[in-house]
Amino acid sequence: MKNQELPSLNYVFLLKQTTLEQPFISIKMMIVQQILFVIISIVAFYLFAKKASEIRRNILLGRDEDLTDQSEKRWKNMVLLAFGQKKMFKKPIPAILHLFVYVGFVLINIEVLEILIDGVFGTHRALEAPLGSFYHFLIGFFEILAVLTLIAVISFLVRRNILKVKRLSMAELDGFPKRDANTILYIEVVLMSMLLIMNASEGAIMLQEGTGNGFLISTMLAPAIVGLSPESLHLIERICWWGHILGIYAFLNYLPYSKHFHILLAFPNAYYQRLTPQAEMRNMKDIQNEVLYMMQPELAPPPPADGSQPATSAFGAKDVKDLSWKNLMDAYACTECGRCTDACPANTTGKKLSPRKIMMATRDRLEEVGTNINQNKTFVEDGKTLLHDYISVEELRACTTCQACVEACPVSISPLDIIAQLRRNLVMEESNAPQEWNLMFSNIETNMAPWKFSPDERDAWIHS
Amino acid sequence: MLEVKSMAEFMASGESPDVLFWVGCAGSFDQRAQKITKAFVQILNKVGVSFAILGKEEMCTGDPARRAGNEFLFQMMAYNNIQVLNGYNVKKIITTCPHCFNVIKNEYPALGGNYEVIHHTVFLQQLINDGKLVLKDGGAFKGTKITYHDSCYLGRGNGVYEAPREVLQALDVELVEMKSCRSKGLCCGAGGAQMFKEEEAGTTRVNFKRTDEAIETGANIIASNCPFCTTMLVDGVKNREKEEAIKVMDIAEMVALSLKDQ
Repeated sequence: MKNQELPSLNYVFLLKQTTLEQPFISIKMMIVQQILFVIISIVAFYLFAKKASEIRRNILLGRDEDLTDQSEKRWKNMVLLAFGQKKMFKKPIPAILHLFVYVGFVLINIEVLEILIDGVFGTHRALEAPLGSFYHFLIGFFEILAVLTLIAVISFLVRRNILKVKRLSMAELDGFPKRDANTILYIEVVLMSMLLIMNASEGAIMLQEGTGNGFLISTMLAPAIVGLSPESLHLIERICWWGHILGIYAFLNYLPYSKHFHILLAFPNAYYQRLTPQAEMRNMKDIQNEVLYMMQPELAPPPPADGSQPATSAFGAKDVKDLSWKNLMDAYACTECGRCTDACPANTTGKKLSPRKIMMATRDRLEEVGTNINQNKTFVEDGKTLLHDYISVEELRACTTCQACVEACPVSISPLDIIAQLRRNLVMEESNAPQEWNLMFSNIETNMAPWKFSPDERDAWIHS
Repeated sequence: MLEVKSMAEFMASGESPDVLFWVGCAGSFDQRAQKITKAFVQILNKVGVSFAILGKEEMCTGDPARRAGNEFLFQMMAYNNIQVLNGYNVKKIITTCPHCFNVIKNEYPALGGNYEVIHHTVFLQQLINDGKLVLKDGGAFKGTKITYHDSCYLGRGNGVYEAPREVLQALDVELVEMKSCRSKGLCCGAGGAQMFKEEEAGTTRVNFKRTDEAIETGANIIASNCPFCTTMLVDGVKNREKEEAIKVMDIAEMVALSLKDQ
């Protein structure tokens, strides 16, 4: 026994030795840490900005659509829907859990501000002195949020992996989407734990030194570690501090690859959502004009003098670049919660259509196009399109345009708008419609009604 | 005997009606929907609303074509309808079909057709509120258990949830809600031009699912506001062999049966 204890005694002794020289070593260490911190921070923000600008470029591959009118209403939507999470509360239990994570995420990140200051200037809890007693209140408050976030995140893990809530465990999420969801939750568990353990080790140091009682929640953890040496506690505090900020940087750089990007895009998505009634379909101005010039040729603009044909774009959408930029932003804003699919009458009666899958397919295809551009500087034809290769005809034909998906989405996404544009391409570019629809079209053309009745009989009901 | 004059007849006599009643294709040709049309005209006659129909000049709004993806056909129909409507200088339109309602109200303005468009359930509610439509006491549906089906294009699509319910309350019925109602209302399965084709392969039909929700309420009548929903729900009730216990009725039909005698 004695032999075994020797090394640990030596270790403590060595540490004690180091503490004697602590001022010198700690200054050197601090400078190394500061330099390291600044480099890592620059790299982390640079990588994030690079990927984010790629996503911006991808979104802008879409067709132009002006969604800047009525700015007052748009700000209101952003405040209510994104900031206030109005639609989340249609399902109260996940809404409350989500609120914990959301508030936790937003407010705890105020502490990241302090971490940044400390990291760059080599200070320790730089905001403690200027804020005074309010600082301890604030940290206590953050700790409550951290615990609530932990509870929520663990509940989410349970809902996904043990309870297997239907919309969160459908086959369309197999593979990366499921891993993605769990990864984010695990990162959150790690981040929150680091924060609490960091504070606990500081609390334990305060208790040892008799300078305080630690922080509100983490002080409850202090008894477990108060027996450790001050050096070990300092080490734990450092590991957790670094772990927390490295975790946040990892999280930041994982975001643009993840469904979790919604935490940023929910805001512009709510702002730029269409303000027209949900049932209103977007007009196609070029077809409107074509019909107008056909009926009233005198209104048609004269053909170009050089005899060239005016450039025409495809009708409807075949690939992501034919969609509007808002459709593409929708795809990046989707966090795959599945409320749309849960509400879809086609999906819930066993049809292949899933509005969530429409959004996932759009993002997957757009990412593929983006990678293509990254590699070739400009898009090189790859023989694939969103229509057919990612979204099948059968899915598109199952839609009843009931708008339940649009209504259900907490972040103002419209899968319906994408479906409608793909349908337009199917019918107008490929003449791809079921036989019954072709019959309906020809009835409307010839009888002015979708059924085979004579227009002369239209008012026969009066006397029937 | 119904009193119905066409816009052309009004013009010929140098008069103009207060409103245009847009009957719609279903209301004109579908046998079940014709009953709704007639019930609504009966109410208009009773209240003495000055109205006209387009008659043979009315055409499909283009809604099913547009929803199916055939924008050309939609634009053709819209162009012709707007020419006719503007030619008669129509200002106010009432319709018994939420699909026609949505297209004329929301989609024709961009094409040069600007009208005040009112769905018949909203119009009925206004008539009741204004005291113009008097219902008989202890009417035909007093105390009857009724559930109301929100059509997608009136409800979610245009945010009209309360007016039809207020009309039903005025009929003194016992209104019970289905599991999915108002903004969460479940589609009947006909929208998006599904009415005109076979449903895609699935485990059940949308109208069966919706009908089951209605049956669960224990209601004796499913009140509807759309001729297509009515057809789908009638089929659903038949499939579940509940025709004896449950009737599907448009709100206009219920009001027509509750009109106070002279």
